[in-house]
Amino acid sequence: MSRLLKYVFYDLLRDRFILAYTLFLWVLTSVLFQFDADAGKVILSLMNVVLLVVPLVSIVFSTIHYFNSYEFMELMLVQPIPRKVVFLSQYVGVASSLATAFGVGVGLPVMLFGGGAAGVALLLSGLLLTLVFVSLAFLAAVLTPDKARAIGLALLFWIYFALIYDGLLLWVVYTFSDYPLEKITLVLIAMNPVDLARIILLLQLDISALMGYTGAFYQQFFGSILGLVFSAGVLLIWIALPLFAAYRLFAVKDL
Amino acid sequence: MRLFFIWGYFALTVIAHAKTIVVGAGGTVTKIREGIALASAGDTVLIRAGLYREGNILIKKSIVIRGEGQAVIDGDHKYELFTVHAPGGSISGLTFQNTGIASIEDLAAIKVLESTNLHLYRNTFINCFFGIYLANSSHILIEENQLTSDAAAEHQIGNGIHLWKCHHATLRSNRVHGHRDGIYFEFVTQSLVTENHSEGNMRYGLHFMFSHDDTYHGNTFLNNGAGVAVMYTKGVTMTHNRFVHNWGSSAYGLLLKDIRDSDISHNEFIENSIGIFMEGSSRNQFYQNEFRANGYAIRLQASCDENRFRQNNFRQNTFDIITNGSLVLNSIESNYWDRYEGYDLTRDGVGDIPYRPVSLYGTLIDRMPTAVLLWRSFLVLLLDKAERAAPAITPENLKDTTPAMKPYDLPPKHQ
Amino acid sequence: MICLQNISKNFGKLPVLRNIQLEWRAGSSYGLIGPNGSGKTTLIKCILGLAIPDAGTIHVDGQVIKNQEVYRKKIGYMPQIGRYPDNMTIGQVINMMKAIRPDVTHVDEDLLRAFRLDAMANKRMRTLSGGTRQKVSAALAFLFSPPILILDEPTAGLDPIASEALKEKIAWAKENGKLVVITSHILSDLEELITDIVYLHEGYVRYQNRVATLMQDTGEMRLSRAIAHMLRAQQAAQPLPAA
Repeated sequence: MSRLLKYVFYDLLRDRFILAYTLFLWVLTSVLFQFDADAGKVILSLMNVVLLVVPLVSIVFSTIHYFNSYEFMELMLVQPIPRKVVFLSQYVGVASSLATAFGVGVGLPVMLFGGGAAGVALLLSGLLLTLVFVSLAFLAAVLTPDKARAIGLALLFWIYFALIYDGLLLWVVYTFSDYPLEKITLVLIAMNPVDLARIILLLQLDISALMGYTGAFYQQFFGSILGLVFSAGVLLIWIALPLFAAYRLFAVKDL
Repeated sequence: MRLFFIWGYFALTVIAHAKTIVVGAGGTVTKIREGIALASAGDTVLIRAGLYREGNILIKKSIVIRGEGQAVIDGDHKYELFTVHAPGGSISGLTFQNTGIASIEDLAAIKVLESTNLHLYRNTFINCFFGIYLANSSHILIEENQLTSDAAAEHQIGNGIHLWKCHHATLRSNRVHGHRDGIYFEFVTQSLVTENHSEGNMRYGLHFMFSHDDTYHGNTFLNNGAGVAVMYTKGVTMTHNRFVHNWGSSAYGLLLKDIRDSDISHNEFIENSIGIFMEGSSRNQFYQNEFRANGYAIRLQASCDENRFRQNNFRQNTFDIITNGSLVLNSIESNYWDRYEGYDLTRDGVGDIPYRPVSLYGTLIDRMPTAVLLWRSFLVLLLDKAERAAPAITPENLKDTTPAMKPYDLPPKHQ
Repeated sequence: MICLQNISKNFGKLPVLRNIQLEWRAGSSYGLIGPNGSGKTTLIKCILGLAIPDAGTIHVDGQVIKNQEVYRKKIGYMPQIGRYPDNMTIGQVINMMKAIRPDVTHVDEDLLRAFRLDAMANKRMRTLSGGTRQKVSAALAFLFSPPILILDEPTAGLDPIASEALKEKIAWAKENGKLVVITSHILSDLEELITDIVYLHEGYVRYQNRVATLMQDTGEMRLSRAIAHMLRAQQAAQPLPAA
């Protein structure tokens, strides 16, 4: 696996898009820090990047890359290499390049300019969301026969988690506003990795915005060890589950 | 100043005949009660360091009572300590502790009834039910006292400084911590509250009703259970006060209920759940206040009219203004809003397009608090942009037509 | 060496392979022929494990290949269109292949030299022409001297010199006891290379026989004519069932 990974990773690191993505994040983060002395505000601005741009880039790039690597995977699969290794080396290669791009582009400036605990939360959320959306991209890719449809499905995944799901959540909250919803919304939040990352970041960054009983409940929950284990666990499930489903499909797929 | 003058005059007229009675262990007088009995009007009772447990002491003469060193008066959790009923005099330098706690009687460390021209200063109050309690009194000067309590629940504790039916009182540089209300006024008029610090009280840092024409200047109200609440009053002047970190589901920097013809200017409202909550209030001026990092800067109920918000700074608030009606009878003009995204082509420092301080999402959260979960989501961003472009739910006319492009320079002016 | 039993494969509702029975032996060279869509590529993919048959079993060297990968050490495969990671050089691709099989110590670099690929080792794959990629594919198929060679349209896109070099190598492989499977449209290309012929049509094995026997039976001198003759005879005797 490591031998194969070396070549996948090598190929990706020379990918111009990955370089451009790294540069974009780096310039954006640095410029934000130059313009605003308040690290907290910069990280709030970066939060939108982490919640919208990072998932979008991760899912679209990974989907395209999957199809661009199709022949390479074919080449590998006629060698004495198990499907699992071919598949996982693709995932690890793409995920680690995107994570490296994020780590270098956002992580370095944040550490350099002093992001504090909120900065660490931002980095972890960004990295985990990257992995989640690469997983979803692989699922979209194995579910569809061609690149165009796969990109369509990937975009659908993204828009669902970034926008549509929240619309549904708002509808639920509105419909059942007479009931105590805290615990139910906790489950509903966990069903969307973007929302979960957003709440974790808000609790670090913008605690004053989380007003009222709901805010207090979330603060208490996510502030506890249980909350930490819960959010880390849920995000790991969000990485593992789509990846596992994608692998199961890939294992019996005709190439 | 007038109060000082009267008191000074009074002191001068008696000073010629005055004598000093020393109370303390080892002396001829060992009990405060004896010392007071020996004193006549104008005399000084000097209380030496020591622990005094004498139950309730009644003071009906205008005498000077002064503590020296650690003079501690303890109520054994049973008694009211000093009950004053005098036309003048002073109490200073004493430590009062452990008054009784009663649900019917308002037991206090110093209770002043139907008195005038008293000066209560530099006393310390520890775990007293009520600290200083004034009723039917006037021209009382309360200065530099420290009141603290570590009571666990609201019903176990009274107010720090409590005035009922008083006028011409002055509260200056007192610190109140851990009481029910830090400062409580009912039917108190023409009084001055200045430079006080009211922090960590169970209910309100300052609470008054039916108290017209009073001035509050340069006070700090910090981290009180429900902030500051003032009601049923006209002619209030509130300037250069700080309302900071009053946080909770029903906490307000400043709650205004039926407040009329008042001036609330140059104050700072920082990190409160709601900076100012107002209902039934009319003809008030809000000028050059700083609203920063509040949940809602202002909650303006539809029952308010003819209020004027001018040249205030609104910065980093989650929401600027929320309201429950669609009719707008108040004027909002020339404020600085950090969310303003307009432009100033005419370069006169005034934005060319109006600012709408009421956000759709703020209104949604108000109706269903759980929706707070969607804060800073993409959905909310889109909803708010759409609503600002074409108001559907928020009041169309609630807007600042002359928003300032730059924040006003509002340095804290209290000493 | 390769044995297919009752292999069927459908793409959706479309049957691509129908109950295929084949046995291929070492030292022989099989020409897998048939029109477009007859199932040639799918058959090869099934053997390589790229496609998974709906029914039937495949043995390679006596071993059932389902969910296995080690058997592929024995196969050198040259795809119809070889595509490689754009950013890698020829040298890196070859090194990667070697890295995948660390246990192979002796490599056969005859074709690398014949195609002069060793001189182009630093060229990136994305800069290569289709013909050069074909050369890389061919060289890789022979690199580890595998006992089985599966070549999908091997000479398509090759220049005459390279084409001849490859043919020589195939002939050498056949003579050295290897099993060679070749698909090609160009029957004349196959003539000198194959010992056996397998004709696929609409997923059925329509005909299989020794080339020598076929020529003898039909009395034709050329392979393409012999096949055409045989097919006509077969059609006359038994019309094809409607697909």
